[in-house]
Amino acid sequence: MLKQMNGPLLKTKAQPNSAGPSPEEPAALVPRRKFEHKSSRFADATFRYLMLACALSVLAIVVLIVRELILSSALARHAFGFKFFVTQVWDPVSGDFGALPFIYGTLVSSLLALILAVPLSIGVATFTTELCPQRLRSLLSYVVELLATIPSVIYGLWGMYVLVPFLRQYVQPFLAKYFGWTGLFGGYQFGYSMLAAGIILAIMIIPIVTSITREVMSAVPTAQREGVLAIGATRWEMIRVGVLRNARTGIMGAIILGLGRALGETIAVTMLIGNRPEIAKSLFAPGYTLASVIANEFSEASDDLYLSALVEIGLALFLITLLVNIVAQLMVWSITRGSAQRATA
Amino acid sequence: MMQSKFWWRSLQDKVMVGLAAGATLMVLVPLVAIFGYLVYKGIGSLNWNFLTQIPKPVGETGGGMANAIVGSGMILLIASLIGVPMGIGTGIYLAEFGKKRFGYLIRFTADVLNGVPSIVIGIVAWSLVVVYQKHFSALAGGVALGIMMVPIISRSTEEMLLMVPQSLREAAWGLGIPQWRTTLSITLRTASSGVITAVMLSFARVAGETAPLLFTTLGNKFWNFNMNQETAALPLQIYVYAQSPYDDWHRQAWAGALILIILIVISMSLVRMAASRGVFKGGN
Repeated sequence: MLKQMNGPLLKTKAQPNSAGPSPEEPAALVPRRKFEHKSSRFADATFRYLMLACALSVLAIVVLIVRELILSSALARHAFGFKFFVTQVWDPVSGDFGALPFIYGTLVSSLLALILAVPLSIGVATFTTELCPQRLRSLLSYVVELLATIPSVIYGLWGMYVLVPFLRQYVQPFLAKYFGWTGLFGGYQFGYSMLAAGIILAIMIIPIVTSITREVMSAVPTAQREGVLAIGATRWEMIRVGVLRNARTGIMGAIILGLGRALGETIAVTMLIGNRPEIAKSLFAPGYTLASVIANEFSEASDDLYLSALVEIGLALFLITLLVNIVAQLMVWSITRGSAQRATA
Repeated sequence: MMQSKFWWRSLQDKVMVGLAAGATLMVLVPLVAIFGYLVYKGIGSLNWNFLTQIPKPVGETGGGMANAIVGSGMILLIASLIGVPMGIGTGIYLAEFGKKRFGYLIRFTADVLNGVPSIVIGIVAWSLVVVYQKHFSALAGGVALGIMMVPIISRSTEEMLLMVPQSLREAAWGLGIPQWRTTLSITLRTASSGVITAVMLSFARVAGETAPLLFTTLGNKFWNFNMNQETAALPLQIYVYAQSPYDDWHRQAWAGALILIILIVISMSLVRMAASRGVFKGGN
């Protein structure tokens, strides 16, 4: 309906939808035209093109991002080729760069965050949509939203002065004592570690995963729940069979969107992960992520090759998050038909 | 047999419900811990000097973040000047004209842009503005934050405009009001509380961003009101102070964090009030 509303047909077409399919008689156009200001047609077109220009600028920004990343990383791409992503050396002094430790650090910290955040998020979403009293519901969703509004740097600050000392004093000795045999919790207990980064990332992505999961769970028709309850299911069986199973694609999408957020998260991770470009098995060991190495070294990069290596890391980060976000977006869209945006924003 | 099975199922039910409630409680723990500690540390460190003075030289105690607060305001102003018109314009395009395939392309692109890590946007602002100007500037930071605002504002604006009843538009057209007037004075006006919500949301989101400012505005120890110069910003200052070895700077980092979160929570609460009072209850 809307797309027909330009040009001289504007006024005659603007009748209620329900008026039926009968097309306007051409005769009706003639008298109407007399009242139409000449300038309004011009103004309408101008307005339309202005708005189109805004929309195009969104497209242009993304194209520009890709272009700048590709151009500015040219030096490093030509110097190292694909080897850049599989070598471990990061030596700005001798001009030898490999991104593997950063890729490893990014993936491990994000996966750790998912392992911690996903069960909690699904639990919270289940509780708020299916179990808790109506009055508590909006309060809880507000509280979870608050968690999403805390800036990254404040998470980092809190992590440095509260979480890290706590981990060092209580959690790390405990894990080392009882789970040290797994090999994941060995070595020095600095506090600043992959574990600290994973925990802070988990706290940071819980709101996103929760709110989208809640949205897809609310999108499940009530009839599904009633149907399952009617054949004698308990509440949990109703949730499992009636809700979670129906919403699983959307929940998967929510998880992957959370992953996308975790992969690109910069400041809090930089403050907590320890920033050492090494690949270590232990979660107590410091690590480094793609985003943190850019944050730490970009403004200090002394020569062009160094800078372009950092931009290439940015390019890698962009491509990974792009892929992850597209997959997630499609999965959420398939459930909620395009309304996932509010939850992420 | 049946009886024992029901016993098992009911136990399972109780356990799972308990776990869901437990998960909710567990998520509340870090929230309370962060806010509690922030207020506890922040209030004690907050004083008049902090709000009115610029940083003292390294090693001296005292001083404040007044220049960073003003700098943040300046960067956010630049960001809003870029992001708000572009975001609202895109939203209007999507809601009023974007029914075709091209609209879906824009929608998808906006979602992609929303997912781009902020540090990557920082790199792009650096290579577009800083490299071009050959020095760091508040403008570069504003461009980075402005870009981040666009997708948030545009998608929410679109949603809000689509909630305006079609009959309102038709009534306006029926009175002979041109379409641009209809969109601006009728549709956008009706949805204004929702659009303002979207703007405030995006504002709250970028106000605390640090990563894109690291190598665009860089930070500054002194007053600066020139948008072409390096500028201090509140989140940036918190980041630097938190990692410094000085206790007095840590104290100031906490105070800065409290100021930042107060600003954000206030704008978020305004959003919530606008959303619940306005004609359109948000999509939550």
